[in-house]
Amino acid sequence: MNIVVNGNNRTVESPPLTPLLHVLREELDVLGPKAGCENGGCGACTVLIDGAPRRSCLTAVGSVPDAEVTTVEGLGAPESMSDVQQAFVHYCAAQCGFCTPGMIIAATAYLEGGGSADRTEISEALAGHVCRCTGYLKILDAVAAARDGNFDLSTTAESPHTTVLT
Amino acid sequence: MASTAEVIRPISSSEAASAFGDGAGVSVLAGGTLLVPDLHFGRAQPERVIILGDAGLNYVTRSNGTVTIGAMTPVVALVGESSPLGPCAGSIGDNEIRAQATVGGNLCAPAGFGDLQGPLLALGATARSAGAGGERSEPLDDFLADRSGRLLLDVSYTEPATGAFASLGRPHAHHFTVMAVSGVRTTGGATQLAVVGAGAVGSRLGSAEALAGDPDAAGEAAAADVQPSDDPLASGWYRARTLPALVKQVLSELEASA
Repeated sequence: MNIVVNGNNRTVESPPLTPLLHVLREELDVLGPKAGCENGGCGACTVLIDGAPRRSCLTAVGSVPDAEVTTVEGLGAPESMSDVQQAFVHYCAAQCGFCTPGMIIAATAYLEGGGSADRTEISEALAGHVCRCTGYLKILDAVAAARDGNFDLSTTAESPHTTVLT
Repeated sequence: MASTAEVIRPISSSEAASAFGDGAGVSVLAGGTLLVPDLHFGRAQPERVIILGDAGLNYVTRSNGTVTIGAMTPVVALVGESSPLGPCAGSIGDNEIRAQATVGGNLCAPAGFGDLQGPLLALGATARSAGAGGERSEPLDDFLADRSGRLLLDVSYTEPATGAFASLGRPHAHHFTVMAVSGVRTTGGATQLAVVGAGAVGSRLGSAEALAGDPDAAGEAAAADVQPSDDPLASGWYRARTLPALVKQVLSELEASA
């Protein structure tokens, strides 16, 4: 079968019940999606399937023939990052970073769906990606800034983490 | 570990029913949120897997007050429905899980996962399924009591006059529902209540329904309808003592919205 990964047609040899995550990582060498819990709980494997965020660990590749799959690599390159990627860098919106590919995919889908800069709504949109770190305020700032485009792309030196929990 | 099961992709509900047969050796892949990890880790080793995505079972139709929901309808499609169905759907998992998980998969999931059983039992839903002996429709209660060898096709219910939903709060989107009570008041004025999290599958709360006019008494009576047991989420003791509060909350909401 064939799937389109980040704009490239790819032939898949894996059996159809193989999780898409493992097709991406082990057959196609696309390493952005991470294998975390592998039970749908951590969100680190999230990709866009035909534009919608989905857990690649819960998706049998045979259930999405000919799908267009976008991973975090497909959103931009280091020299041409997407707004969300740039905002995550600018705000240092990561700690260990393992959840970041899924966070960025979910945030991208949220904003492309018309999501607002409201922190509560962003939190709800990213609820499936919350793990154990304490870096969420910067992530909320980054998504809100990507929404509004109000950050300086030329610097990552100062991270204006201004969110105050109320 | 890749499953080597034969994969079948029916393109109609009748083709799905034919491929399913009596269900022996078959696993049904709906949204995949439960089955795909089970296949990957070898916890499920079926002979055949039916992928239902193209079987034409993703629909919500309304006709003369009757709502029919196809088994492959994603949970997220129900979030905007009126209470108790909408709020219940919105309390399942997170954005991505709600978009991937299906109504049929949720209703037929093992104990601990079937949140939608609650509102659909309270709504007095009818389940249409295929399997040995052909297609049949029956009350959802009966379907849930013995769904082995059955392929759920859709559920339907009559729109109620009003509804209410009360659930123990989840501290995180990844937590499962400990217990939730759904209630409706039918257009004929009857009160129908159901609970999930107080047994292996959801169940109607007949004793509480009979006392619906007295929320305190109904809450206490609900204990007679269930036999909550311990599981990793909560003890049976906790569930038994929490159920009356949820029943009272639902009855109060029903009264307030009447």
